[in-house]
Amino acid sequence: MPTVNLTVNGKAVSANVEARTLLVNLLREQLGLTGTHVGCDTSQCGACVVHVDGKSVKACTLLAVQANGSKVTTIEGLASGDKLHPMQEAFREHHGLQCGFCTPGMVMSAVCLAQNHPNLTEKDVREGLEGNLCRCTGYHNIVQAVLAGAQAMRR
Amino acid sequence: MSAPFDPNRNLANVSLRHVGKPLVRTDAPGKATGRTPYAGDYVMPGMLHAKVLRSPMPSARLVRLDVSKARALEGVALVLTARDLPDRLAPTDIPGQTGQTRLKTDQQILVRERVRYHGEPLALIAAESVDVAEKAMSLIDYDLEPWPGVFDPESAMRPGAPVVQGTDNIVARHAIGKGDIDAGFAAADMVVERTYRTQFIEHAFLEPEVGLAWVDENDVVNIRVSTQVIEHFRFIADAIGVPHNKVRIMGALVGGGFGGKEDITVEIYLALLAKHTGRPVRLEFTREDSFVGHGKRHPFILTYKTGVKRNGKITALDVRLVSDAGAYVFLSPYVLLYGAIAAPGPYLIENLKVDAVSVATNNMYTSAFRGFGSAQACVAYEQQMDEVAQAIGIDRLDLRRRNYLKTGEPTATGYRVPSAVWTERCADIAWQALGEKTPAKGAIRIGRGLAAYQQSYGRLTFLHDTSEAWVGVEVDGTVIVRSGVTDIGAGQASALAQIAIEVLGVNMENVVVYNSDSAVTPLAGTTTATRALYMTGNAARVAAEAVRGRLVARAAKAFGVPVDDVVLADNKVSALDRPDKAMSFADLVRLCATEGIQRSELAMFRAPFTDRLDPATGQGQAFADFTYGAHAIEVAVDTETGEVTVLKSVACHDVGQCINPAAVEGQIEGGAAQGQGYALSEEMIYREGRLMTPSLSEYLIPTAMDVPVVKSIILESRSGVGPFGAKGIGEPALTPVAPAIANAVADAIGRRIHDLPITPEKVVRALHGID
Ligand code: FES
Ligand code: FES
Repeated sequence: MPTVNLTVNGKAVSANVEARTLLVNLLREQLGLTGTHVGCDTSQCGACVVHVDGKSVKACTLLAVQANGSKVTTIEGLASGDKLHPMQEAFREHHGLQCGFCTPGMVMSAVCLAQNHPNLTEKDVREGLEGNLCRCTGYHNIVQAVLAGAQAMRR
Repeated sequence: MSAPFDPNRNLANVSLRHVGKPLVRTDAPGKATGRTPYAGDYVMPGMLHAKVLRSPMPSARLVRLDVSKARALEGVALVLTARDLPDRLAPTDIPGQTGQTRLKTDQQILVRERVRYHGEPLALIAAESVDVAEKAMSLIDYDLEPWPGVFDPESAMRPGAPVVQGTDNIVARHAIGKGDIDAGFAAADMVVERTYRTQFIEHAFLEPEVGLAWVDENDVVNIRVSTQVIEHFRFIADAIGVPHNKVRIMGALVGGGFGGKEDITVEIYLALLAKHTGRPVRLEFTREDSFVGHGKRHPFILTYKTGVKRNGKITALDVRLVSDAGAYVFLSPYVLLYGAIAAPGPYLIENLKVDAVSVATNNMYTSAFRGFGSAQACVAYEQQMDEVAQAIGIDRLDLRRRNYLKTGEPTATGYRVPSAVWTERCADIAWQALGEKTPAKGAIRIGRGLAAYQQSYGRLTFLHDTSEAWVGVEVDGTVIVRSGVTDIGAGQASALAQIAIEVLGVNMENVVVYNSDSAVTPLAGTTTATRALYMTGNAARVAAEAVRGRLVARAAKAFGVPVDDVVLADNKVSALDRPDKAMSFADLVRLCATEGIQRSELAMFRAPFTDRLDPATGQGQAFADFTYGAHAIEVAVDTETGEVTVLKSVACHDVGQCINPAAVEGQIEGGAAQGQGYALSEEMIYREGRLMTPSLSEYLIPTAMDVPVVKSIILESRSGVGPFGAKGIGEPALTPVAPAIANAVADAIGRRIHDLPITPEKVVRALHGID
């Protein structure tokens, strides 16, 4: 079994995985980071989005071995201690979630989006979240939350 | 029967501190940080992983099933087939709380001989890992011999059709007869007859079905599962042959339901595997399993024949409904009944005839989906209103105004709704809020549509629905609510918190809700039928009021004031106009505790109990109450590509009383998106019973790019039968959306597409006059 070494949420991690183990399975099953969700098997839903070296990635599309040497951040690594990340705070405050199953992926995609667009518009948000499905909210409050979160991140 | 709506009584003297405020829900922080455990996040030491082998054919005879190679594979703990199980069936009826006669809905757990639908389970596997379970699945040998099938309900009704269920495939019939239909048509100046069709729809909740089961030291089968209904424990116990108190269901926050987690999904498989292996077993459906593993929204064929006077008054309505029940009964009879009762819509139709039939086929079985038959009816009745208006040449809204059911008038079943009926107000407000019309440009045409609706909330009253909640206060002044209600994402648990703190005068930080455990939280019934807030909200309110009564009595004694002068607010207790009389809420609770005054209450709320409707005429009371409202839509249609874009979307609903307006808006916005998918893009395509669209790349739910900003206008008549005068909004939010879009498209292109979804291809064909 290959060994992968990576940094997850700031901690060095070493794990034995099968060659075909997906990053999402490593995170959920071996590292117990269940905040990253799995909603499909065709890389359509975005419930599994994490950051790999600062970029948002669908963790079901990447083999664990491909992430060797990378820095991975999951939803659990976003807050600093008790203090929510501004994007998490915005989702909480702006009712950007209902069942919450899409939320971790949405938040992770949104953080990346905000980092890449200094002046995020509503259109940018809708385009940027096209790969993140939500069946509950109709997206309205998610878009509002992302805009507010992006603004808070700039402060 | 409740007293009729009285605006003076209902609107008087309302001053609420927490109810009606957009408080941050109790479940929001955990969900935003990823800390909330969903059912799929639980693991146990020594846990096995399960897989379900399914039939690739929709209608067949299982002539050989050889699992020996799979059993021999290293790491396989168990392979179960029908031959390993006693000849026991799984009930698929609504889980009854008070013993209504059960319908004949039983289903085989694993295929014994006859396969009736694509995806029907042939065998269960439990292995040390998912990989081994999958490998074992591929080692199972079987032969399926094709068996004559039938794939649409009209063919299935014909004499000589292959029989899927019963003797003639008819799984339910309902009739409604009111007034004199012949006289009604005789009085009409014009008769308009049209047929509308709706499609199979997938719930597409983001969290696929999942659960974990284990047998504990008391021989109780415990199942932690993503479900809307923990009270399936009785059916599960019956199916596996143990007493009802030996199955315990623990829910978790559910990653979306919409009716798709209303029936049993993984539970029986898990219970069997855990019992037979003695080890914990986890089963998670893949997305593809989910597409074939739970009931879908019923396709309906709806034929409407409307008699109307030149002035717009409808004199007669004859409706025929045919629904595709698929291979097993599940909730089809109830869905059909909802459709029949909803058939005339929010209109006063004095001469009405409805004939409704649900028919088994070899398609996927169909069951609950947000809107539950009423949504399908609305697709037809609101398109029919536009067709009638056009035929007699009057304005679409005027036609509706001439026919709206008004407060106090009888519905289709002759029942007079106890609450305010504000349909007209909602429709006019929504229509006006569309504002100025977007100009057409080049190949782009603009159209507008409206749909009004009537949608029940709460179960059928002949089911005798009840719900329990427990409220208690701790000596430090904190509050605990316990109730079996499942939280499927709409904030069901948080709403109970908000109700309890409103009554007890404490703040949101001071309350915790424990829910969704069939053994330790009081049974609250299902989170279905837009009943959770109405039923369990009322139970929580009654329980909290009982606790409050005792606390207030003690405070009144301490202060030497009448009980009516005691005020509970902001974690404090005080006396009206007596600033010297005050103490903390915690001190009052401690005082009660030292004197042995009971600080908790278990309350049961009962919906009205009625008899069944008259079988011949369908007359009687079916529901406790209804929600009314309307949705208005503006679309742009590209006449070259056929593409439809929703430009404006305005909802106006009378929700009685918001408990949490942010949650209400969330329901409306989510309903608008689901309704848009229903109208324009979503369709489960079956070819001869085989599902051709088993993934989210083929079955297209709306993305953030597809949906417009929804304007929600919320009216509060405070006349509902829920807590504080609330009505339900979960299902109503969706119901009018698809027909409003269909009406807007017809308005834009001048032709109507009578079957959903309205795909670009159908639009182009309609524009070219191809049928
Ligand atoms: S799990 Fe659906 S995209 Fe990764
Ligand atoms: S909140 Fe349920 S899927 Fe987005």
